[in-house]
Amino acid sequence: MAGIQTDKTQYYCGIDIGASTAKLVVINSDNQIVAKTLGRSGIDYAKTAEQMLNDLTVTESLERSQIVKSFSTGYGRDNVPWADGKMTEIACHGKGAYFHFQKRMTVIDIGAQDSKVIHLDETGKQENFKMNRKCAAGTGAFIEEIAYRLALDISELNALAEASTKDVSLGSFCTVFAATEVLAKIRAGVDVTDIVRGAFNSVVKRIVEMDRVDGMLVMTGGVVANNPFLAKLIGQAFGTESHIVPYAQYNGAYGAALFAAEQARKLHS
Amino acid sequence: MTSSVELKDFEASKTMRVVMGKYFQELTDPARPKKIAWCTSVGPAELLRAMGFEVYFPENHGAMLGSSRMATDLIPLANARGFSPDICSYLTSDIGSYLKGESPLNKMKLPGPPKADVLVFNTNQCRDVKDWFAFYAREWNVPCIGVHTPRAIGDVNETIITAIAKQIEALIPVLEKVSGSKFDLDKLKEVIAISKQCTVLWKGVLDAAANVPSPISFFDGTIQMGPAVVLRGTQAAIDYYEILLAELKQRIADGIGAVEGEKYRIYWEGMPIWGKLKSLATQFIELKTAVVASTYCNSWVFEALNPDEPFKSMARAYSELFICRSDEPKEAYIERMIEKYKVDGIFYHNAKTCPNNSNSSYNMPQRIQKKTGKPFVIVDGDLNDLRLYSEEQTRTNIEAFVEQLSQV
Repeated sequence: MAGIQTDKTQYYCGIDIGASTAKLVVINSDNQIVAKTLGRSGIDYAKTAEQMLNDLTVTESLERSQIVKSFSTGYGRDNVPWADGKMTEIACHGKGAYFHFQKRMTVIDIGAQDSKVIHLDETGKQENFKMNRKCAAGTGAFIEEIAYRLALDISELNALAEASTKDVSLGSFCTVFAATEVLAKIRAGVDVTDIVRGAFNSVVKRIVEMDRVDGMLVMTGGVVANNPFLAKLIGQAFGTESHIVPYAQYNGAYGAALFAAEQARKLHS
Repeated sequence: MTSSVELKDFEASKTMRVVMGKYFQELTDPARPKKIAWCTSVGPAELLRAMGFEVYFPENHGAMLGSSRMATDLIPLANARGFSPDICSYLTSDIGSYLKGESPLNKMKLPGPPKADVLVFNTNQCRDVKDWFAFYAREWNVPCIGVHTPRAIGDVNETIITAIAKQIEALIPVLEKVSGSKFDLDKLKEVIAISKQCTVLWKGVLDAAANVPSPISFFDGTIQMGPAVVLRGTQAAIDYYEILLAELKQRIADGIGAVEGEKYRIYWEGMPIWGKLKSLATQFIELKTAVVASTYCNSWVFEALNPDEPFKSMARAYSELFICRSDEPKEAYIERMIEKYKVDGIFYHNAKTCPNNSNSSYNMPQRIQKKTGKPFVIVDGDLNDLRLYSEEQTRTNIEAFVEQLSQV
């Protein structure tokens, strides 16, 4: 982290109010992240956004006037009163991911309630995208549900899945039915590491059937940030290496900040 | 979120409401001695009118159940009677409406859909229309007859036309028996000539959208198509579209677009999402994006109708339809539409309960994009069952698609 300067440097802000968590990122004119924060999205998005920005300016000794342009994204993108503009999380995840690798790529973002596959050409232009159907399978909500059924904290899942030695699969498309399958496996005495691996495999299957991968595979979002082994499995399923962007959970907010900076530069050019 | 945009209605719409109101009044008036024939949207309506029937189109009632958002509460009633939630939600919402005795027509102080004396289907759309009509035939013990059109037609050849024309002719004895009047060929020719005039005018209305900016949107079309759907073969439809067409010409002359500051133009493929059309229309206006054309609204254009060849031309008009064609002519059709309407991208509605009118499941969007370079977005939803629709995902999909179109 570059750290906030005490002079009157200008900054750009991006906020991603997702279905579960809100992420806020401040970048400098070199597009480096200088501050970031994360919290629950809550039930009042405007209040959450205000609180997060306020807290961050206090902890980083930053004046709000130094943030010259802000963009919002995510489910709550329309509810950020101080945002100067908004872009969808699809555009923002693409923007953030492209910044790091600058290649033709397929970005896969696994969020709390939806998954997205975004195709970018070598210049970063979005060629196509696809969101999951109206279903929680293949999203963070599925993993949370499985953790709940296994009485585990979600932070434990990655290590457990990695420790698995058997390939267990959950057959159902549906999160609820998959959870029922988990119960059956518990009854049958299947090792918990293998059940968690099975749940990861289920997410992999849902992602693989969504779309193809062209170019580099880049993964973003909170689910892979906390479960890098899942990203590895997804890469294996597509027959390619998966790359997790730096600060993957903040990538949407980072993309929004990049859009803010870009617009500010356009206005001053 | 409240929106500041305003949907521009047409002056002509006032006349349309009168015309449509009169149609429903007459249809449900117990004092009128005419027999009632139920007809699928592209069933042999011209023949039924020529034989003196009042013609009722239950798919129009299905659309009303959808747009009034009554459907989602009524569908479960039909589900509980053995009609799966996976089949046509026009069918399930209409049967639910019948079982509950509630209809959007009640809001017009009308008793509800008229009881049929005969039900006449054409399977050019799907098998569901026949199953739908068969339910009422059992309920009321009335004849259910129809035309079985082949599906996935490639070339609409003479063999197909002859076979369908014969099926249409074969309906006559039953219709004569129910109506109590003899078939009159001259009367049929007269109705076909009037129906053709309606088609020409309705096509003129839709063609106006080729103008930039487009004076009419797909969302307007779903409302303005009412007379073309329920009154084709009558003078009332012709009179109405002459008024509407004049207003459209004026809008073009004045440079008035349906979407203020139109930046992008989209083609809508698939069924309308009836219960969400207003919010979708508003979102597209906010995004300065005009949905200029659709397969759906163009499905009531029957250019083949010809009074000199009544049965064969009806057969051809009903079988040339997009919905009953194979993918090759469908793709060629969409490619022509892209060019004609200067389309930037395609919106595919994947309607869960209407696979026959959803074209995103067999790789067609990808093929068309490869050929034309026009991007697409697929939205999962349904014509009537809003349990299958995600407001948030649809909103984001549309916004992200327009962002994609705006890239330079």
